[in-house]
Amino acid sequence: MHFNFQVVWQNLVSPYILGGVWTTVWLTLVAMAVGLVLGLVAALGRISVFWPIRGVASFYVWLFRGTPLLVQLILWYSGLPEIGIRLTGLESAVLGLGLNEGAYMCEIIRAGLLSVDGGQMEAAKALGMPYALAMRRIIIPQAIRVILPPTGNEFIAMLKNTSLVSVIAVSELLLRTENVISTTFQTLELLSVASIYYLSLTSLFTLIQGRVERWSQRGSSGSAPPKRQRARLIRAGVNR
Amino acid sequence: MNRGMPANKPNDPKVPVIDAVDVHKRFKELEVLRGINLKVFPQEVVVLIGPSGSGKTTFLRCVNHLETIDAGHILVHGEMVGYRLVNGRLIEDREKEIARRRTRVGMVFQRFNLFPHLTALENVMEAPLHVRHRPRPEVEARAIELLARVGLEDKCGSYPAMLSGGQQQRVAIARALAMEPEAMLFDEPTSALDPELVGEVLGVMRQLAQEGMTMLVVSHEMTFVRDVAHRVVFMDQGSIVEEGTADDIFSHPKHDRTKAFLGKFLS
Repeated sequence: MHFNFQVVWQNLVSPYILGGVWTTVWLTLVAMAVGLVLGLVAALGRISVFWPIRGVASFYVWLFRGTPLLVQLILWYSGLPEIGIRLTGLESAVLGLGLNEGAYMCEIIRAGLLSVDGGQMEAAKALGMPYALAMRRIIIPQAIRVILPPTGNEFIAMLKNTSLVSVIAVSELLLRTENVISTTFQTLELLSVASIYYLSLTSLFTLIQGRVERWSQRGSSGSAPPKRQRARLIRAGVNR
Repeated sequence: MNRGMPANKPNDPKVPVIDAVDVHKRFKELEVLRGINLKVFPQEVVVLIGPSGSGKTTFLRCVNHLETIDAGHILVHGEMVGYRLVNGRLIEDREKEIARRRTRVGMVFQRFNLFPHLTALENVMEAPLHVRHRPRPEVEARAIELLARVGLEDKCGSYPAMLSGGQQQRVAIARALAMEPEAMLFDEPTSALDPELVGEVLGVMRQLAQEGMTMLVVSHEMTFVRDVAHRVVFMDQGSIVEEGTADDIFSHPKHDRTKAFLGKFLS
């Protein structure tokens, strides 16, 4: 027996596998969005001056970071029906991946917020900004520089972690690959196909991450002013 | 009492802009302010001097409620900042209210604290735009004007990292002025600067004083203090030791502690 390149090629372009790729991408983006929102809320909670809020946020992180993701996923899908809550595989997947990601993003975002010099909040307050406005306009935009690189890592980890939801019947890339294997028994070829897609997608994300990071570094050292503003200034006859 | 009373005439020279009455403050065991009484009248420049740890910066920060106070009160144009008086006790105000009252005093920090992700112009525009919600064209025109006033009209598009310390501090002054404050607080505005950059910042402050801005300044620049201060207040260990005109304090200090402190500068 030998490695059949023909099979690899056929499956790379098969609509069935491509459908799985689409589910994987889609699930990654949605779960990451859920994780980012939860992470931001939890991070703001963990730096709150109000201790019960700090407690709840810390408990959340402790719980979801301290148990395996696979266990959490199976719990949402197969555990909850015991108490009468029935979620579809996809619902369980978004919930499980999102909640788990939120716990990790919380720590990343918190580190970012803490990296911003305390003088920034004071300056914002002295200008009459309430806490929420100062966070939104002054602190978070600066924290993003620190938050972005590890968030890129999280994106890539999430892309690969979506393969775990194949065990709760979500028809994503790995499950569809396995389905093909179960009829053709060409394990090596099919797993190669899946790997090629995972690698391509992580490469693409890395590329996008680089772009986004460069954008976020504006103002850090010697970068040019934003184009729009420069145009306005030239119109106003200011920048020579 | 006088809480909530609108200032009768904003520029009545007899009504103090800043009125601190018996202000006490402690950090844990350490008593940093032991009953400070100080009035700053319109268009007056008052400079706080004193050894480090004397409480002058803490007091300045209390004026716009960056620090809480434990007893006494500070009025800005007749209104308390950060507190309201309920049955004779200080109750901390709601955040929105604190924020609103803070806009009445501008603050310039030792370490500038410009927003590094915004250009000089955006730094100056930030608060009028997002706190006052003024229309952008008006805010922008005014911001350019303010930057010109501090001699930086050609740096509008520069980010803080591209500016020298002196330039950053001048942008910070313009940023504070953009909110049209009734008084300005300066917390050692030149101590973080290289010696050759001190002059440009003091120049801007001098000009502000001449234009009649009410200023409360913490500074160690004794020549500047001599030239510009209407009143010099010497603080030590959380209390005001003595106050008077610059000439009173520098040439005829009454207290030994003042003499000892000044000796280090004037020798």
